[in-house]
Amino acid sequence: MDIPYTSKPRPDTGIYNAKVGIWLFLASEVMLFGALFSAYILLRVGAPEGTWVHGMLNIPIGTFNTFVLITSSVTVVLGWAALQLGNFQKYKFYQAITILCALGFMGIKSFEYADKFKHYEVWLKNPVTVMHGDKEVQTNRVLGHIEYDGKHPYFWNTRTLREKGIEGFKFEADPYHYTLSPKELAHAKSVSKGKPHVVLDIKTADVERLSAFVPSHSTYFAVYFTLTALHGLHVLGGALVIFYIWGPGAKMWKSDPLRYTNRVEVSGLFWHFVDLVWIFLFPIIYLL
Amino acid sequence: MQATTHTAAHHGAHEAHHHEPSFLQKYVFSTDHKVIGIQYGLTSLGFLLFGFLLMLCMRWQIAHPGETIPVVGKLLGSILRNMDGSLMMPDGKMTYDVYNIFGAMHGTIMVFLAIVPLAFGAFGNYVTPLMIGAPDMAFPRLNMASYHVFLLGGIVMFASFFIPGSAAQSGWTSYSPLATTVTTHGQAYWLVGMVLLITSSLLGAVNFIATIIQLRAPGMTWMRLPFFVWAQFVTGFLLLLAFPPLEAAGIMQLMDNVFGTSFFLPTGLAVGGRIADASGGGSPLLWQHLFWFLAHPEVYVLILPGMGIVAEVIANNTRKSLWGYKSLVFSALAIGFISFIVWAHHMYLTGMGTKISAFFQTTTMIISIPSVIILTCLFISLWGGSIRFTTPMLFALAFLPMFGIGGLTGLPLGFAASDIHLHDTYYVIAHFHYVVAPGTIFALFAGIYYWFPKMTGRMMSEFWGKVHFIGSFIFMNVVFQPMFAQGMAGMIRRMADGGLNYSKISHPDAIGGLDKIYIDLHTVILWGAVGLAISQIPFIVNLFVSIKKGKKVTSDNPWEATTLDWQTPTPPPHGNFTKEPVAHRNPYDYSLPGAAKDFTPQNQP
Amino acid sequence: MSNHSHSHADAHSHAPEEVAKHVKTYLFVFGALLVATVVTVALNYLHFDSKVLTIGIALLVAAVKASLVACYFMHLISEKKMIYVIMAFTTFFFIGLMALTVISYLEVPPETATR
Repeated sequence: MDIPYTSKPRPDTGIYNAKVGIWLFLASEVMLFGALFSAYILLRVGAPEGTWVHGMLNIPIGTFNTFVLITSSVTVVLGWAALQLGNFQKYKFYQAITILCALGFMGIKSFEYADKFKHYEVWLKNPVTVMHGDKEVQTNRVLGHIEYDGKHPYFWNTRTLREKGIEGFKFEADPYHYTLSPKELAHAKSVSKGKPHVVLDIKTADVERLSAFVPSHSTYFAVYFTLTALHGLHVLGGALVIFYIWGPGAKMWKSDPLRYTNRVEVSGLFWHFVDLVWIFLFPIIYLL
Repeated sequence: MQATTHTAAHHGAHEAHHHEPSFLQKYVFSTDHKVIGIQYGLTSLGFLLFGFLLMLCMRWQIAHPGETIPVVGKLLGSILRNMDGSLMMPDGKMTYDVYNIFGAMHGTIMVFLAIVPLAFGAFGNYVTPLMIGAPDMAFPRLNMASYHVFLLGGIVMFASFFIPGSAAQSGWTSYSPLATTVTTHGQAYWLVGMVLLITSSLLGAVNFIATIIQLRAPGMTWMRLPFFVWAQFVTGFLLLLAFPPLEAAGIMQLMDNVFGTSFFLPTGLAVGGRIADASGGGSPLLWQHLFWFLAHPEVYVLILPGMGIVAEVIANNTRKSLWGYKSLVFSALAIGFISFIVWAHHMYLTGMGTKISAFFQTTTMIISIPSVIILTCLFISLWGGSIRFTTPMLFALAFLPMFGIGGLTGLPLGFAASDIHLHDTYYVIAHFHYVVAPGTIFALFAGIYYWFPKMTGRMMSEFWGKVHFIGSFIFMNVVFQPMFAQGMAGMIRRMADGGLNYSKISHPDAIGGLDKIYIDLHTVILWGAVGLAISQIPFIVNLFVSIKKGKKVTSDNPWEATTLDWQTPTPPPHGNFTKEPVAHRNPYDYSLPGAAKDFTPQNQP
Repeated sequence: MSNHSHSHADAHSHAPEEVAKHVKTYLFVFGALLVATVVTVALNYLHFDSKVLTIGIALLVAAVKASLVACYFMHLISEKKMIYVIMAFTTFFFIGLMALTVISYLEVPPETATR
């Protein structure tokens, strides 16, 4: 006996096996991301005033990435529709765009990641004067970039300073800080555009804590990196499957076109789900 | 996510010649649900024994604190190492760290590596497709992957004993911040192992549910499914939807442990008298919520397949239909639903508000109703039956009162007021072990004795089976019954010296200290556990000897059962059925008036 | 493989007119998604004073976008009953997880509120 309903639908349920399978899998994915979102809500609601980082991500880039992902989603359904009409070449074309979009998304994401890994916050023992927009303020928390030995180093933290025996470093301070309210932050960002940065000379002895924008910087970045990395893994996994079906697995179109179309549909369902997760991730992480 | 069968793949490629599968293909990379079921079964029985042995060492330590462990003490002493490479217990005396490690790993191994894979992975895999009349699971290659990922998770867990600092030691619940602030690497291994085990369970659950929905034989309507299949179906949903939150929590705790984030670390956390090097702002309660969101449904994952097995065995050995089939099915479904909204009854002591605690108390009481309905249906099923006291039936019969004790003693824990007294005492240990050890494990033993002839074509010895049963039954109770008394007297769990340090023996003037009698009960429990270990020897020998030397079955249906799993060749070939089965009747048509025999198989028109 | 060959047409309608109609829907949804994204971002630059309003609107737009994807790209709007049943279960448990966790987290007696 062979396994029935691998490509044709079972009469009473009206669906083929893999479609039940993918929807069950997506159900568990809903719970996985649901748990992470509820963690986000709890941590955000419980965060003391002024500790929740906001405004640190590049919104235009995030928006562009959203467009990229939505485009990839529509090409998946268009490809599937072409396949239903038996137009294999058109399908190949659309799915190629999907795969390129997936790569584009990951490329942009890694650029964003790398940018964060060399962007720092330093907590000082004594306050210094920096610009917040057009105002001068006294603060002991400064954002900016480290310059040491003519380089902008990655992944430094308080312990690095101690371990490398660094006595002091140059710090190009950003003209604003995330502890401002969203409105003040927006104002500060707009007035300080293009103005030269303040460069501070910071002694290691004055440093209370130093952290790049890595997961351990704060709960916000912990959430940001965990959620986007998990989402990124899904993008990568989905793209691999779509690529396999598109390239090496395309032989099946000749031997069993119905089953091949089903494969495209099922991989597409997963891909749309990945898109759907991003639709929620984008506002809660980039905007709110 | 592709539904390719072994056979389909082969037929497509080289239709013409038939070739014998190699050893690897047949036993390691097999996609046959029966082979995978047996793989799951043997692996999980191995872990069951291992987890039990961990517990024996702990019982020795509790009864005889600080004395060298007999037999294995020296061996353990030469294996377990500290972070700096020195031996943890060079003289074979159990240290508190080792006790914590064994305690955490006993719980983890028993739940995630022994009972779930045995009840769901092994029995579910082997029996479900046969019962619904399917040739295999819906996704055979996914099924194989599920076992391999499970095995990998098990190896990671097992290997973590041998790293410097040894395995995780924060309890099977791994509460943060403790689990993050312990300086050994065991917890990271535990988390990686858990993520693998969860992934395996998810793949398994997807496969089971899809199989039951899609591959039922013609005529096998939902209300003709054997109760065992219903139990597996609900279990599948519990695993599918409850496990992902723990996977999420596991990923977050792994981030805490490896990348220094503070998902579960509160602001101002002090470790060893110093403020921890962490950003803070996390929530320890978040871990507990996500953990128990899985771990309460998990309780029903442990018990439902057991109930399914017991139902099959009882129907078969009373020679009459199950009483209240529909009630059983709807109760199982109700349990499935409600089990998702009771989890915070594990957290009454975390400072929950009264309103929400009232909500969880109510749902907890409500969920006991379907459980009692199931138990009552099974009890009434015995009425008026001509009972055959075979070994599987003895275990199934013992399951009923044992699970009853376990369930009923849970009620006081479901009320916040009484839970405050009983929380984290030996009472809790006794309660859930009654559910899982003499409950589920007895059901699993019943299942092993019952389906062994189908798997091998030979019977297990009835005599040694009965010896195994009587020994297990007596000693299970000797082990767990005294713990109720100890717990109500106030003995706390997770004490490496069994509470001696706050007893009246060492501190005669201690207010509310434990009396000597409660401490001395540990000795009774220790020898009960040793007796339990000895009672398992006949089982282990019987299991392996019977594969080669057991009495050969004379028919494909030695128990004269009605369900489709017995209407196949023995052992079933690849593809299971020689011709496509059709279900014509209810699953338990025993002793039909006017029928030729006292059982009428489901596929008989 | 299976002898139920009659059901082929139930699964997908391969009629060209039908597919062409679907393609039109897909393109329309694509446009709507792009517009909605622009709207979310634009609203963000407006900076409402009310925090609830900001969060509410952003999540509402996200929910609309998500349901467009689910209904049309994942063709949930014309799915079989079994899929609806599975997703109904999931929704129930999803809401349970979100609501109960958040409620029990917020409803902590003030005198014990150290979290």
